Amino acid sequence: MLNFFQLILIYAGIYAIMAIGQNCITGYTGMLSLCHAGFFCIGSYATAIMCKTFGLSFWLSLPVAAIATGLIGLLIGIPTLRLKGDYLCIATLGLGEIIRNIATNLNPVGYNSIPRASLFGYQFASRNKVAFIILIWAFVLIFYVLFQQLAHSRLGRAMIAVREDEVAAQSNGINVTKYKISSFVLGAAVGGIAGCLQTAYTLTVQPGSYTFMVSVMVLCTVVLGGMGNAKAVILGAFIIQLISYLPQLTGLTNVIPAQAKQIIYGLLLVVMMLCRPQGILGRDRFRYGDPRTRREKLHDFFIRPAGKAREARHENP
Amino acid sequence: MRILETEHLTREFGGVIAVNDVDFHVEKGLVTGLIGPNGAGKTTLFNQITGMDRPTSGRIVFDGVDITGLPAWKISRMGIARTFQNIRLYKDLTVVENVMMGLHFKVGSDPFRHRFSQAIRSYVFASRENREVYAKAMDWLSFFEIDEHAQDFAGSLPYGKQRELEIARALAADPKLLFLDEPAAGMNPAETAHLMTVVDKIRKLGVTVVLIEHDMKLVMNICDSITVLNFGMKIAEGTPNEIKHDKGVIEAYLGREEEED
Ligand SMILES: Nc1ncnc2c1ncn2[C@@H]1O[C@H](COP(=O)(O)OP(=O)(O)O)[C@@H](O)[C@H]1O
Ligand SMILES: [Mg+2]
Repeated sequence: MLNFFQLILIYAGIYAIMAIGQNCITGYTGMLSLCHAGFFCIGSYATAIMCKTFGLSFWLSLPVAAIATGLIGLLIGIPTLRLKGDYLCIATLGLGEIIRNIATNLNPVGYNSIPRASLFGYQFASRNKVAFIILIWAFVLIFYVLFQQLAHSRLGRAMIAVREDEVAAQSNGINVTKYKISSFVLGAAVGGIAGCLQTAYTLTVQPGSYTFMVSVMVLCTVVLGGMGNAKAVILGAFIIQLISYLPQLTGLTNVIPAQAKQIIYGLLLVVMMLCRPQGILGRDRFRYGDPRTRREKLHDFFIRPAGKAREARHENP
Repeated sequence: MRILETEHLTREFGGVIAVNDVDFHVEKGLVTGLIGPNGAGKTTLFNQITGMDRPTSGRIVFDGVDITGLPAWKISRMGIARTFQNIRLYKDLTVVENVMMGLHFKVGSDPFRHRFSQAIRSYVFASRENREVYAKAMDWLSFFEIDEHAQDFAGSLPYGKQRELEIARALAADPKLLFLDEPAAGMNPAETAHLMTVVDKIRKLGVTVVLIEHDMKLVMNICDSITVLNFGMKIAEGTPNEIKHDKGVIEAYLGREEEED
């Protein structure tokens, strides 16, 4: 049981990192992309090849994985990011599958017994889950802080403008294409790092584990937690992983088939769309110079639906 | 001095010639009115000039520079701002955030145009930069007397205020030339009267204004010069007085309105 909880913590961390990347693309810039499995795959493969074939250490293959994934994100992004909404979704979905197929053809059996990562002489062995939990959640924390800062910076604001209204953004001197591509490349690179971390944990890479389902799960994570909200997507990652390990956690592996989780994800998304389309925590609103106290904010958040709060305040000052 | 000139500007949509061989020009510091019946091609002309759409043929010269076919964001940075006929605010952002977007290229460095170190600084010290951008945005809001709405969502403002916010966002970028596409459309008389004072304030800032408007009283009162379009062609230009007495204009535009009355 404890074992499964530790496993959930590890995978929730990996998915949280991926979701932070997806959130940059979908939550901030508003592009519906469905190829995070592809980025995950590139990151994993790059790490496997660097560690095994070139004998690089884990810490050196990490930036290589990030840069490789970012570059491929750039290659994919330049032609596809002209598309919008559903079209972009379909195009990226196709590209994600292409990446997986290329990986399969490259090495159908994948890579095994990849050298372990080590830090200050300490070897990260898959047995010792606690060490991995610390490692992976340290990365989650780093990316959370980095992307939170991004969202509050000029770059992030421009991405949000692109999400809200591309034409208006152009009229404000915002180069829409540039911000779309930068957001896509950043999101991809983070996905690559998630792949790198997963490889360090499993020490094997198999093309079968980067299916379209992974992309769907990552997107689910973001939608479930709340688009454009870094805290929310971390929460989303936990929920998605809890569902994923539900059969093992409840000890009903024989009763609940593994495919059941796909049904649960589907149901969950439908329920979310009906009851709380903005996600559990909703969108992060950066109210610059918001005069409300923390208590008022909490009150507005829980008692009054977002958006109505201010109107109500003005009606009865 | 002419701040803007178009030469033989033409835009075809399939068979429709929305803008037909138009030589439109704007004098620096004045308020120029652009009038004409619905479908005359006024918005299309605005879109060509602001880079939102490409002309089929012709040339646009702004401040001595040929800007034909440049992307919209570059044209905005050169000093042409605009508002839209159907208000385009960032509805889910607050009022002050909308104006902060308008300040995008005015404050802070651009990670991809300046030195890398500067980009890093802009990212690392974002909160300091934000305070500066926020303060400037608030200044603009008080200029337009909508600062008490700063923390409201833009979409929740009354219609007239949304129009003013859109103008505030456009002006925040410190443009030389401001295009207003039917700013008074859908406003009640009180809001329209207030809009006239707003346009007057903008003129006093030294910004050249081009205004598409249907409200004849507003146009005649506020504009120094008027250009009339009909079926994509320029049929007249001159002072409000000249336009009032132009036969072609009365036939095409004013005459028809009187019949409707
Ligand atoms: N994107 C477009 N595609 C096709 N036709 C268009 C487009 N934009 C405008 N038009 C046509 O161009 C003409 C001028 O439209 P517009 O510039 O909006 O007129 P106005 O702003 O003066 O009312 C109309 O006949 C309109 O149908
Ligand atoms: Mg129009």
